This record gives sequence, structure tokens and C-alpha cells, in this order.
Amino acid sequence: MILSWQYDIFLLHLNPSVMIATYLPCEIKLIQHDATIELALAGDWVLDADTPSLEPLLTQMLKGSTIKRLVFSTQALGHWDSLLMTDLIRVIDQGVHQCIEVDTTTLPEGIQGLLSLVYAVPERLDAKRHDTKRRWLEVIGQGAINAANEASSLLIFIGETVLSVGALVRGKARFRNIDLWINIQDCGPSAVPIVTLISFLIGLILAFVGALQLALFGAQIYIADMVGLGMTREMGGFMAAIIMSGRTGAAFAAQLGTMQVNSEIDALKTMGFKPMEFLVLPRMLALILIMPMLCLYADLMGIIGGSLVTVGFFDVSFLEYFERTSGAIHLKDLMVGVTKCSVFGVLIALSGCMRGMQCGRSASAVGKAATSAVVTCIVFIVIADSTMTLICNRLGI
Amino acid sequence: MATPCLTIRNMTMAYGDFVIQRDLDFTINRGDIFIIMGGSGCGKSTLLMHLIGLQHPAKGQVFYGTESLWEADINVRQRILQRTGVLFQSGALLSSMTLAENIALPLSQHTKLGAMRIREIVSYKLALVGLAGFEDYYPAEISGGMQKRAGLARAMALDPEILYFDEPSAGLDPISAKLLDDLIRSLRDNLGSTIVMVTHELASIFAIGTNSVFLDADIKTMIAGGPPKQLLAESSDPKVLRFLTRGLMEKQSLHKINIQEHNEL
Repeated sequence: MILSWQYDIFLLHLNPSVMIATYLPCEIKLIQHDATIELALAGDWVLDADTPSLEPLLTQMLKGSTIKRLVFSTQALGHWDSLLMTDLIRVIDQGVHQCIEVDTTTLPEGIQGLLSLVYAVPERLDAKRHDTKRRWLEVIGQGAINAANEASSLLIFIGETVLSVGALVRGKARFRNIDLWINIQDCGPSAVPIVTLISFLIGLILAFVGALQLALFGAQIYIADMVGLGMTREMGGFMAAIIMSGRTGAAFAAQLGTMQVNSEIDALKTMGFKPMEFLVLPRMLALILIMPMLCLYADLMGIIGGSLVTVGFFDVSFLEYFERTSGAIHLKDLMVGVTKCSVFGVLIALSGCMRGMQCGRSASAVGKAATSAVVTCIVFIVIADSTMTLICNRLGI
Repeated sequence: MATPCLTIRNMTMAYGDFVIQRDLDFTINRGDIFIIMGGSGCGKSTLLMHLIGLQHPAKGQVFYGTESLWEADINVRQRILQRTGVLFQSGALLSSMTLAENIALPLSQHTKLGAMRIREIVSYKLALVGLAGFEDYYPAEISGGMQKRAGLARAMALDPEILYFDEPSAGLDPISAKLLDDLIRSLRDNLGSTIVMVTHELASIFAIGTNSVFLDADIKTMIAGGPPKQLLAESSDPKVLRFLTRGLMEKQSLHKINIQEHNEL
């Protein structure tokens, strides 16, 4: 009989026009006879309903040591769902806690079935996690340990990279040539538009900032020197590297990270490929080959940007500008810029690939890998750039 | 009396010009455990996508009760789909959230329940699938089978009338698969939900399926339907028989296996 009665409820649920119909309000009545307490449930206990508070019952159960038995009556109970279940579980848990006998046999069959499912697997107490508050000393210590681990994993990764480069030199490294070309395509030609835009604008900005000051002395023509030297020695390569760390470093980390999530890297290992050679080498080679070219290209774009400002606003002719530029820039300036940029290329490939290979096995881990790849790239680039600038300065190059 | 809960009318599914299945016509009744079966690549999962509102049919209709899913406007469709829950093949739990947060997500978005009540419901749902106490775990920290059960808990968060399962027992050992089958059946019995399941796990199909549709990849349409056991006993289509008997085609030898399998089940 209960089954058919439940069945009607499901029909009600099915029919959307009935679904919107108002539900009966929920009610709880407590009837106590001797040592038995009867809990009478009425109304529709569905998710959005206002339910009466259970507190009176729970407190009565708490103080009433006379209560030995809890029974339910559900003749007036209409619809029910998880809302009723959670209340029942609270009452039953409390009852069990108080050593009160809880008689669930008068509940609808469906509820009984669900209750038996809920209590089928006891709660794993050891599974519960407790927020442990760490003391500041522990936090600092943990931080230091993490930093040490990080440093050692970086060293290990660099070591492995060097070994695989060694294998490459001896002609023993195994990777697919097509992968190298695909990576070159990705790092080079595909990056040209964004590199064009950014370095052009950087040249433009450099020229503007400098020109306003230089024009005060009528020395506009020196803008050419400033933009030319600034782009070739510093900004061209630097901006190209920053762009590539956001564009390619993150892509490497995300690619390798996703491969980690899909067990593709494990598959490569079992097939006898070394991921360092098969995945990291082509990426690194591609970047090392491409970065100097991108650097030169960025330099050119910057100089063009600078020339437009100077010619357009500061009364210098194109010819003068380029004459001045070619006089100011020497081969060594170009070489400094290109060398720096090659180093940046190695750093980008290194940190991108390292973060990808260290990636955990979930979607959020891939996100973290990409983020930390970009952060690592930029930190490395800035540190390397300042070091190399300092060295060049000391050596008088 | 069987009440139709989901009706598929004359539906064609296609990616661009490439037709996956055509002329699908079947009804899923309330309280059914309905199996969508067929060989690999026949479009079972695609069919599921069409039922749960992720892909638009090229032709035809999906009716929830009397409402057409794809002719309804977006709000109505949302409301219809809110009455369904989906367990994806690998659980599809959001990896940046704990199990509790995963299950609480639909509750906090679609109901007006308080935080305390949501916590209680989350614990209850986890207990239902045998994961009591695992509230604060991240999906990556538990096993595949547990992820699947947690996914089920999330699918059930809003007490859906229809629960969809995409290959529920894929990647589970036979005992876990059997336990999951038992769980699915008892949820159906106790909650009165309708279950729609994409699977090619024969053990599950015969153990819990009450109705089914068989999709064929070659002629791109459904070639059989009905209770799986009845299909095995009565169907004369060699493709269906080969599928349901793991390739043992001959009717005679099949008959014995039939009886054996029935006894085992």
C-alpha cells in the first residue's frame, strides 16, 4: 500500500503544473506515553520548505532519562526528500547516543531503505580531517624545507636536461623530428604578431619618454641613439622573453601537465622513451633556435616604432634617424642582446617544462603548473637579465 | 501501469553532416532502470548528451513528461534539467573543491537552504554512497571507485527524479561494480527515481536493467528494445545476440548459457 502511495507522489513530481502547487506545511508533534515518545510527522518535507525546529525534541530526549523508546507515526506525512532524511538522521543519532531504542519500522519503506543504506557503512572516524593550527615556527620551518626541496628538484631537472643534451650531442637522444618543427612553428612564426605589436609599442613609448626630455635641450636627434641602444641591448630581447614566457612557457607547462594527468608521460616511459629527451628537448631546442631571431626582429620593430614618433613629432627626418641609429649601434650591442635572449630562451623552456613535468594529476594542478611556470620564467628572466647587465657593465662591453 | 517519464520521438543525432544515429523512438517509464547499450562508437554517450541538454538533436524531440526539452526556452530547460542528476564516466568532480563543496554546490545555487542544513544534507548524501566522513577530501586524494560514488552523491544532491549514469562500472573491479549496481537499484527502489544508464557491462545489464534500447553503429539506428533478459531469450537479431552473449552466436549453445546465466544471476 505504501508503495502505491509513494507512486502517486512521483506522478505529482512528474507533472510540472502540479509541481508548482503549494505544499502542506511541515509539522512535528511529540506525544509522550510513559517511557515511549512518539514523533508524529505531517506535511510535505521538501527542500525549500520551512521545517519546524527539532530542538524541543532533542532537548527533551537529552534531559528525559525516562524515555526508553522512540517511535514514529507518519500517517499525515506527504512528500519527503533529503530534508526529512537529514532531520531523521539527527534524531536517530541523538537517540542512539542516549541509548534510546529507536523504532523505524513505522516509517515509509523508502525511508527505511535509505536509512539502512546510510548506516550500512559506518563513518570512517580516521577519515575525518581536523584543522590543525600550525605554530609560526612550524610554518617557517616548513617553508624552509619546501624551498630546499624546490631547489633540489630544480637542480635535478637541470642535471637531467644537461644529460639529455649530452645524449643529443652524441646523437643518442630520441625524439621525433616533426615535434621539433611543430614546436618551432609554435614558438616562432605564430608568435610574430604579438611580438610585432608589443615591441613596436615599446619602441614608441621609449621614444616618447626620452624625446620629451631631450627636446628640452633641442637634442631630439639623440632619441635615435637611445631607442636603438635601448632596444638592441635590453628591451628587445627582454620584451620578447616576457612575451614568450607568457605565451610559450605557460603552454609548455599546460601541455606537459595535461599529459601527466592523462598518464601519457607514464605511457612514454613504459615504451622506453625518456620524457626528458622526447618531450623536453624538442621544446628547448625550438626556443633556443627561435629566441635570437625573435630578439632581432623585436629590435627592428622597436626601432621602427621609435622612428615614427621622432619623425612624426620631433622634426627629424627618416634619413637622419636611420643614419644616427646605424652609427649608434655596434655589432657588440646586437650580440649582447641576442646572447641575453638565448639565455632567456633556455630559462623559459627550462621552467615551463619543469613545472609541466612536476604537475599533479588534476585539473587544478594543471592550472597551478601553468601559473607557476610563468612566475618562475619571469623571476628567472629578471634575475638573469640584471646579472648579465651587471657583468657587461663591469667588463665594459 | 507504466507512466512515461522521458519520451524520445523520431530523433536524429549528428555532428554536422555526419549522422550518428537516426530515427530513435523510445519511451523510458517512471521507475525504470533503462539501459542504453550497443557496441563501442555507436553513439550511446552522444545519446546521453542529447538527453541531458548538452547537445541539440539534429531532428526530433526529447519530452520530459509532456514538456519538450529542446523546444522550451532556456529557463524552462534549466528547470527541467534541475530535476535530473548526471554521474559522468570518471565522476567529473571539480578538482579544486572538496567532496563536501562539490555536493554543496548545486544545493547552495538552487535552493534557499542554510549553511547548516546544507552541511547535514551533504553528510547524508555521502553516507548514502558509503563515504561518511570523507567531506574534507579532495577528489585527487581518493580512489577511482570512491570518486565515482562521490560523483553519484553530487548527482543526487537535489533529489533528482531522473538519474543518468555514463558507464558507471567502467574501471571498477567486479565486486565494486556489483556494489554500485546494488546501490543504484536500492536508490531507485527507495527514492523512486528513474535510472537511465549507458553501459556495455553485461553483468550490470542483466542484473539491474528493467528496460533497454540497443543502438547499432552500422545501420545507425536502434535495432532492439525491451527488458534485457527478454531480449536475450527472444531476440532473433544476430547482432543483439552476439552482444548479449559476448560473441557466442549459435542459438542452441546459447540456450544453455542462457539458463546458466539466469541461474547465476
